[in-house]
Amino acid sequence: MKSFTVLEGLVAPMDRANVDTDMIIPKQFLKSIKRSGFGPNLFDEMRYLDEGQPGEDCSKRPLNPDFPLNQPRYHGATVLLARENFGCGSSREHAPWALEDYGFRCIIAPSFADIFYNNCFKNGILPVVLPAATVEQLFTALYAQEGYRLEIDLAAQEVRTPAGEVLGFEVDVARKQCLLKGLDDIGVTLESAARIHTFENQWREQSPWLFNVIGKGQG
Amino acid sequence: MAGLTLYDKLWRNHLVEQREDGSALIYIDRHLIHEVTSPQAFEGLRLAGRKPWRLDANLAVPDHNVPTSREERAGGIAGIRDQVSRLQVQTLDDNCRDFDIVEIPINDVRQGIVHVVGPEQGATLPGMTIVCGDSHTSTHGALGALAHGIGTSEVEHVLATQCLIQQKMKNLLVRVDGALPAGVTAKDVALAIIGRIGTAGGTGYAIEFAGEVIRGLSMEGRMTLCNMSIEAGARMGMIAVDQTTLDYVKGRTYAPSGALWDAAQAAWADLHSDADAVFDKVVTLRGDDIVPQVTWGNSPEMVLPVDGHVPDPHGMDNSTQRSAAQRAIEYMGLTPGMAITDIHLDRVFIGSCTNSRIEDLRAAAAVVRGRQVASSIKQALVVPGSGQVKAQAEAEGLHEIFLAAGMEWREPGCSMCLAMNADKLGAGEHCASTSNRNFEGRQGIGGRTHLVSPAMAAAAAIAGHFVDVRTLQESTQ
Repeated sequence: MKSFTVLEGLVAPMDRANVDTDMIIPKQFLKSIKRSGFGPNLFDEMRYLDEGQPGEDCSKRPLNPDFPLNQPRYHGATVLLARENFGCGSSREHAPWALEDYGFRCIIAPSFADIFYNNCFKNGILPVVLPAATVEQLFTALYAQEGYRLEIDLAAQEVRTPAGEVLGFEVDVARKQCLLKGLDDIGVTLESAARIHTFENQWREQSPWLFNVIGKGQG
Repeated sequence: MAGLTLYDKLWRNHLVEQREDGSALIYIDRHLIHEVTSPQAFEGLRLAGRKPWRLDANLAVPDHNVPTSREERAGGIAGIRDQVSRLQVQTLDDNCRDFDIVEIPINDVRQGIVHVVGPEQGATLPGMTIVCGDSHTSTHGALGALAHGIGTSEVEHVLATQCLIQQKMKNLLVRVDGALPAGVTAKDVALAIIGRIGTAGGTGYAIEFAGEVIRGLSMEGRMTLCNMSIEAGARMGMIAVDQTTLDYVKGRTYAPSGALWDAAQAAWADLHSDADAVFDKVVTLRGDDIVPQVTWGNSPEMVLPVDGHVPDPHGMDNSTQRSAAQRAIEYMGLTPGMAITDIHLDRVFIGSCTNSRIEDLRAAAAVVRGRQVASSIKQALVVPGSGQVKAQAEAEGLHEIFLAAGMEWREPGCSMCLAMNADKLGAGEHCASTSNRNFEGRQGIGGRTHLVSPAMAAAAAIAGHFVDVRTLQESTQ
């Protein structure tokens, strides 16, 4: 996984509440058996004027000119500024895959849906929660100034604005460490393999009906 | 020291390791797998040269992409016309074979929606930790289990380690007291709760549903309710084990029997919140106040009683809410102030992991019996949640009632809930749907979804527009 330390980048707006995972990456693109290449279909139904199909060359599709990401001033954005309950809906990790593939490494919002929030950390994306009033101010500043950029420092847990403001944010220690170092979760967990075996043996002893029921030659 | 909640107990029972940084390693008893969120996880195992930690913890079944028409289904995987869907279902087959994981294949009588199949087979049991790469895994909490959806990275993590790295959630008690009026179902309770607390009301919490109304629900109703927890923002919802739970589980294929049943039953007796348990938040509703619910917008919290009227965004103080309501009214093709019962439907969908169990089909059939689908309805689909539900319904003659009314009787699968298969809405079409999400485009691009109970969907199919099912039920009596 890519690590995340400090990001200084152009900001783009997603100015509506409850942006769900169906909006982030519509269902027809979930049929892929790969985990890359979802970027061109990020926000597909809002971004294009036609109906997108998997495997289609998106460069020839008609763009919705009103959609922010289609406006030149937001090209190359790596920070997405969003509203309440961003990422609600399904557990599809295709949502963070699409955001990451497009180029976003940080999403700032007043709140996130739990599963999406968790999935971001598994994919090198930092979701930052800031108070709704602060996010409102950032939207105002973003709309007022073309080329609006923010600096996000994970180690210091700070968002720094061009005006010199420093906005602190919370993130739990475990997720922060994994993201700072770009650690492979599975590798880390397998360092506890002995403890998992010990737990499993005790649990099997205590709840034998949970084991060896489903399997070849059983059930 | 205060007592423990049901969630606290399930967490404690599966805690492998509490880390100093606040995270914990939680052991997973059951991992359900379907074709959409697993291929990249299996690929990850392959690339890292890893093997599943414990094969017998896993059970796979294809559901999202399987066609539901009998004709297309007859050819098995090879018969799936959409080649991208076919490849995904085939890939699940291939991965399960390569990794030695038990799969219920496409045309097996036990096949169906993973959240219908798990409890039905006894593959999900009280006291378990249950995960699946699907947010509606919360369904299994109805059995008194800790069950939630995970992303694909976590699917790979569970396959490789039998554990998840978790942060403990806060406890939210949703108590529904009193009794439900006739014609009001678990789906209406779920929608009423979401209407009250909002789609982010449960974010950061594990919900426990309790109270007289919940105790009075069947297991099917409890699954409907827990299924919708995620629509209230909570990854997991759960209900304490009682006699209803035990009666449901006993005798199922993968459930314990004989001496093991006795031991399991004894262990499950503890699966309830202690009387002195402390919840971080408590929400209470009166069952008697709940009437049949209909969603009008593009978020499940945009819900009203069937006798309600589409709200006027101009009256809303909060600017975010106001713009969301304006957008929803425009997308849904409604006008502020219009009666819910004036919304005319194009299609009706009875199915999905929320409402495709036998009780749901019985409720719909009871409304439809002896009546005809309105001529203005283009299609009314009834899609059983599994092959076993289908067989049961056919044994009871329910399919004949649906067919006689002019409805379609399909093969099991996710169907029109999410438009990943051939069953979709056309742009601008209104659908009375028993599924769980009314997001823009969820059931097809430009499609307009209204979430309702199976009885309400059936009533809408007959009337051609929304109608309080209780008026139809009264005229039958």
